[in-house]
Amino acid sequence: MTETTNRARPVSGPVVNRSLRWMKENLFSTPLNAAITLFCIYIIWSVLDVLVSWAVINASFGAAKEACETATGACWAYVHDMWRFLLFGTYPSELHWRPLVAMIMLTSGMLLSMNRRFWSPWLAVAWIVGFIAVYFVLRGGILGLTPVRTAQWGGLTLTLVLAVVGIAFAAPLALLLALGRRSDMPLIKVVCIVVIEVFRGVPLISVLFMASVMFPLFLPEGVSIDVLLRAQIGIIFFQAAYLAEVFRGGMQAIPKGQYEAADSLGLNYWQKTFKIILPQALRLVIPPTMSTFISLFKDTSLVVIIGLFDLLAATRAAVNDPMWRQQFVEAYLFIALIYFCFCFFMSRYSAYLDNDLKKSTSH
Amino acid sequence: MSPKHSKSNDVNPILTILYDKTFRSVVYQILVFGGVFLLGWYLVSNTLANLRAQDIATGFGFLDREAAFGISESVIAYSADDSYGRALLVGITNTLKVASIGIVLATILGTIIGIATVSKNWLLRFIGVTYIETFRNIPVLLQLIFWYAVITRGLPGLRSALNPIEGVFLSNRGLYIPVMANHPAWTWVGVGFIAGIAGAFFLRRWSLKRLEATGHIFPHLSVGLGIIVAVPFLVWLVFGAPTEMNVPKIDTFNFQGGARMSPEFTALLLGLTLYTTTYIAEVVRSGIQSVPYGQTEAATSLGLRSSWIMRLIVLPQALRVIIPPLTNQYLNLTKNSSLAVAIGYPDLVSVSNTTMNQTGQAVEGVAIFMTVYLSISLLVSLFMNWYNKRMSLVER
Repeated sequence: MTETTNRARPVSGPVVNRSLRWMKENLFSTPLNAAITLFCIYIIWSVLDVLVSWAVINASFGAAKEACETATGACWAYVHDMWRFLLFGTYPSELHWRPLVAMIMLTSGMLLSMNRRFWSPWLAVAWIVGFIAVYFVLRGGILGLTPVRTAQWGGLTLTLVLAVVGIAFAAPLALLLALGRRSDMPLIKVVCIVVIEVFRGVPLISVLFMASVMFPLFLPEGVSIDVLLRAQIGIIFFQAAYLAEVFRGGMQAIPKGQYEAADSLGLNYWQKTFKIILPQALRLVIPPTMSTFISLFKDTSLVVIIGLFDLLAATRAAVNDPMWRQQFVEAYLFIALIYFCFCFFMSRYSAYLDNDLKKSTSH
Repeated sequence: MSPKHSKSNDVNPILTILYDKTFRSVVYQILVFGGVFLLGWYLVSNTLANLRAQDIATGFGFLDREAAFGISESVIAYSADDSYGRALLVGITNTLKVASIGIVLATILGTIIGIATVSKNWLLRFIGVTYIETFRNIPVLLQLIFWYAVITRGLPGLRSALNPIEGVFLSNRGLYIPVMANHPAWTWVGVGFIAGIAGAFFLRRWSLKRLEATGHIFPHLSVGLGIIVAVPFLVWLVFGAPTEMNVPKIDTFNFQGGARMSPEFTALLLGLTLYTTTYIAEVVRSGIQSVPYGQTEAATSLGLRSSWIMRLIVLPQALRVIIPPLTNQYLNLTKNSSLAVAIGYPDLVSVSNTTMNQTGQAVEGVAIFMTVYLSISLLVSLFMNWYNKRMSLVER
């Protein structure tokens, strides 16, 4: 609110005057405000002091571990030593180009899909082809590639696979659940409500436990499903339940007249849903949809509890190395930065998309 | 009908049925429900067959058997001789303990930071937003594991424990703080506190009733707060004002006395609080921004005092926006407390996990903690529905 009023005021004069006036209005308008400003400067300064002296001034940047013994700050040799392990986990080191290719495919696929120009049914086809390609690049076994078991997939590669596949499959499932919950058919409605409410009511850990401990009991003897796939399905269902409620919120916000207009044009159910309702409804719920995706990305870290070797698990294993026992801060901060970059980028994209769509639809 | 249409009456009656909406809807429903039923039946029969083949017992009979494992910390009395049922109860109380303390702390911190993000001061806004963006974009599990590592690896051992304030010790064995020494007075002070709250509640009801009947205003807020403080204080005085403290000391092998917060509990509480605070701050911010400034101006022009404007005009409207997502965050915090299993705090999931490993009864174990979390969620959503109905705008 304050921002808009400040911006609306005509600003004139040279840059120095303008910035002085800005400071006077935003930082020193009243004695209390000035006191708050000084207090804030103190806080920022003390945090930066600790951070910078630890991470830069007193840190050792050499690639050798010996340099760390004299340094009182961070030991970045650790990250230098470990980054391959954090990125690829226990994937055979001579084959590291394969997870690298997979990661590039996944991230570039995500980046391309963010561009509205590419939004068409063909994108879904491209994704399915892409997933099959990523799967075979990682698993091998064809075209002379050495087979690598899924148990050896790890690090950031596994995190990205879990997150991107999770997002790609949770969204359509959520759509079906949301449509089912809004349907007139009582039995379908009940099934969807039960699925949504059960998954929303329990922690993700319990879903993962179910996938890892209980699920093998569900299958007939001799049949087994890979634990990675089970965890992936658990994550998809869990997030789809949350996303379904987000989508349903969007659909509820569409005025009844839109439904009636579509009916009176003689559109059938699917035409009405996909051509009239969803384009408007999904546009309304971009921010909560993206924050569900961000949650999904962060929640992939929970697979560490059922023994999958994702980015967090790899780091945890790395800091248990007796040689690097005190370097856990560097390791955890490094992967925190990785998670942060992905999540922050997604949230910025969400804000951009929301604005962009609002601009393109306002008259 | 035109003659053209009469022709179409000749179409195949089977097709007419196939295109009939009701018929289709019945078929779809039978298909979906039948599919779900068959799938469920298939899974259950497989499970039963597997359990029989692996010779795993079924049913909840194990709850009465001796647990034979220790739990590092518990709110209620527990020993390894107690039953599995008791152990699970310990897990539930531990979950509720960390969740309730975390909720209180996260609400306080979240409100402060939420207000900071709408402040007129640019620098304060900047700090608030930076905090929110940093802590909400890092997985909470990573934060928990990080804090746990900081406490158990980063902090000094027993001999060289940090001693920031007299009587407070911070070491890799957790946080030790002084508490009041055992005295019967403290129980009664607690009773007095609850009685004070009840008194303040009835005072508020009486004063609102009187306000409606006569128009006389009674300052029930300040008097009520006074009652809540004064009653326990009087009880304390009556019991001879005990001031003896139980201060922790470093002994040969461990700390003696004081209250202990274990490294697991401290890390869990810290991580959950810092993470949930970011979400609560956002909720508070949107709540405050949802009340248009015109409301304040209108109230001012009616001549209301500024403290009343906040209490009677702004807060009730903001709370209507704040409360539903806030309860959601409380639920999230409670559910996230299940991540305790990663750092070894004995919460419900972690105790169930041990139980499952010992008895092999995975189905029952998962069923128990899922039921507990589901019932908490359903109770809260029932409360939410009640609250929404009570608070929703009554339109004429």
